[in-house]
Amino acid sequence: MSVRIERRPAPSRLLMAVTPLLAVALTVVTGFLLFLLLGFDAGRALWEFFVVPVSTLYDLAELGVKAAPLIIIATGLALGFRANVWNIGAEGQLTVGALCAGGLALAFWQQEGVWILPVMVVAGVAGGLAWAAIPAFLKTRFGVNEILVSLMLTYVALLLLSTLVYGPLKDPEGFNFPQSRLFSGSAQLPILLEGTRLHLGVPVALAVALTGWVLLARGFIGFQLRVLGLAPAAARYAGFSRGRLTWFCLLASGGLAGLAGAFEVAGPIGQLVPELTPGYGFTAIIVAFLGRLHPLGIIPAGLLVALSYIGGDNAQISVGLPQAVTGVFQGLLLFFLLASDFLFRYRLRLTAGREARA
Amino acid sequence: MRAGEIHALLGENGAGKSTLVKQVYGVLQPDAGSIFWEGREVTIRDPHAARRLGIGMVFQHFSLFEAMTVAENIALGLEERPDRRRLAERIRGVSRDYGLALEPDRTVDDLSVGERQRIEIVRCLLQSPRLLIMDEPTSVLTPQETSRLFDTLRTLADQGCSILYISHKLEEIRTLCERATILRGGRVVASCDPRRESARGLAEAMIGTKLRDVTRPGAGQRAAARPRLQVERLSLAAEEPHGTPLREVSFEAREGEILGIAGVAGNGQGELLAALAGERPADSADSIRIDGRAVGRLSPDRRRRLGLCTLPEERNGEAAVGEMTLWENAILTAYHRRSLVGRGLLRRGAAETFAAQVIERFDVRTAGPGAAAGSLSGGNLQKFVVGREILQRPEVLVIAQPTWGIDAAAAKLIQQALVDLAAQGSAVVVISQDLDELLELSDRLAVMNVGRLSPARPTRDYSQEAIGLLMGGIHGDPAAASPTVA
Repeated sequence: MSVRIERRPAPSRLLMAVTPLLAVALTVVTGFLLFLLLGFDAGRALWEFFVVPVSTLYDLAELGVKAAPLIIIATGLALGFRANVWNIGAEGQLTVGALCAGGLALAFWQQEGVWILPVMVVAGVAGGLAWAAIPAFLKTRFGVNEILVSLMLTYVALLLLSTLVYGPLKDPEGFNFPQSRLFSGSAQLPILLEGTRLHLGVPVALAVALTGWVLLARGFIGFQLRVLGLAPAAARYAGFSRGRLTWFCLLASGGLAGLAGAFEVAGPIGQLVPELTPGYGFTAIIVAFLGRLHPLGIIPAGLLVALSYIGGDNAQISVGLPQAVTGVFQGLLLFFLLASDFLFRYRLRLTAGREARA
Repeated sequence: MRAGEIHALLGENGAGKSTLVKQVYGVLQPDAGSIFWEGREVTIRDPHAARRLGIGMVFQHFSLFEAMTVAENIALGLEERPDRRRLAERIRGVSRDYGLALEPDRTVDDLSVGERQRIEIVRCLLQSPRLLIMDEPTSVLTPQETSRLFDTLRTLADQGCSILYISHKLEEIRTLCERATILRGGRVVASCDPRRESARGLAEAMIGTKLRDVTRPGAGQRAAARPRLQVERLSLAAEEPHGTPLREVSFEAREGEILGIAGVAGNGQGELLAALAGERPADSADSIRIDGRAVGRLSPDRRRRLGLCTLPEERNGEAAVGEMTLWENAILTAYHRRSLVGRGLLRRGAAETFAAQVIERFDVRTAGPGAAAGSLSGGNLQKFVVGREILQRPEVLVIAQPTWGIDAAAAKLIQQALVDLAAQGSAVVVISQDLDELLELSDRLAVMNVGRLSPARPTRDYSQEAIGLLMGGIHGDPAAASPTVA
């Protein structure tokens, strides 16, 4: 007996669309069993995890605040992933973007002006672009693997941030804590909903996803990216320049990561700290795939993963679950997504004896 | 089938030839009916079982691992596990005996289509089969190689091996086969001795109706016509270690003519097409001109704007994206000439209209412009991509293997469309390994061999034999290469 994997002749489109939902359901079930095994009140833990974060207006706003950077970054990454350009270093691009925007905010500290915020946003995007331009240049010029370069540059960026926050950008009146001054009012994103932290970045994230969708589904550049990803030889034959598209993908995803970084420091954080995010740049990779590399799918995927962050914090405080649970949930989600995806595309068949070759 | 018989299996694409032989070879299981082998009823569960019975098959689509060497690929298909070094010797032996040049240590990756097919043939011959099924084995061979292969097959048949031979080349079947079974729509419709039938009669039996001729209005009357595509001393280094570099290729294609480029696969035709298309820029802009304009350094889309459309041999994955719909595939090359993109956005409506035109005009059997290109059969996809290029009304069309592996009726349709395009004043360059097709279609003919192109001459001045010698690379001997009046 042997197990044989074969492609299903025609994977059902409906099934493919419900895979993410199935993955979520399986994650919840597994989580329930996991909590039971660990000796927690599993029902309450799941309640804290999945229901409490969506129960009040404030909580819903928090969900948006956490989802916004994920959606912005994942949209950029999805463009590249569609074309087989693998930017794994969004976390680094986000960090450099945040550093540029934050540096500007500190440079104009205690100054007033409506121009400060837009300039910060531009600086954030520029920082992300510049950081992503390094792998783009090395890839197109020397054929260096963009996965390695963008990933490694993330650590460079994080160290750069630490160096600055522990050094020149440290708050002179901050009792030697490794953090910068709090930005002044002109350098902070306006709050859209009184009593919450819902900032301008949230609607911008939706706009980014919508723009990404138009670009991919209707735009010529999106068409070129899809052709490059599906059939590189066809892209070459059609005359779509691989180098140009690689630059586009890395710059777009880097710029968006930088934008997310600027929003983070100008929004919920309001200063520069050594740990800006709980790994949004990496988690966005999960979000991109969970959303099937489709910007409209990325919006719910971003909200869901944001839920896992908030729910994880809640469960940690009220039920005493370990912090690692958030990571476990995100991992389970991705695992179930990929597994059900695979089983919908292929089927396993037990065969007797040796395999036949066709 | 009798022992030692060479038996032809004929039918259009989709007539059921492959389905039938796949059952004999154990790839598919019959729903009903029986197979008798040497007097006994047998169930052939899989190809292993078929090979153990003494049935070998050379597929039309190769099943080779690109990253492995020739010898490794052959070893994988053998029933017993052979000793590496002895296998290489046996491969050399068989390829020498049967005139199928093959180097056991080369990686398949670098081999041309023709060379890949030789691996399949050699793999079968190594097993000394008693029934050999061959699916279109000669489409990539020169006439001389073909006749050498036929000698081989006849020798095999004399030794008692039966040969089931599938081909679209009816002339070949008439010279080689003693009996023919004709399939249409999954049924046997006729059985005959092909030597006593005309090629036309066989083709009409296959399609069940009268065959339409390709009509050529005033062909070959335009010696003074202006050149539309001029290629001068075009050289291009090989891209891969075993690729063929182009060496000072020069030719011109004139208004209203079809120029044929013959040659065995892997002699630089792919490189020539890539160079003309602009996938790889030439060293000098002057080496390629469209209507007098130097375009050698321009990108494919710029060249298309100037009127040069091309179509590579590989349909799925290069000429078309299988996962995309037909209307999206229409955009792939026609976006500028048919204005299918505006303000950075795809014009879906226009693309669907254009795709629908192609489908209708070229009789593409499909659900419609929204169908995925990969859901079409090879022949229908070929009709679609050829139609896509022709309906753009290019000033110059360079097309590789326009009718490879498709049935007679579809081939006539495509050939007629090429003739009509030329009649409207375009220059058409057909790169093909199918000599019959080139002799029928082209006004002038040149032959490619190891990256060089012989001077183009009027097709009527060639004999099949002279072309064959040129394809084999005999340039130096003027007696052999000079055109003989046929």
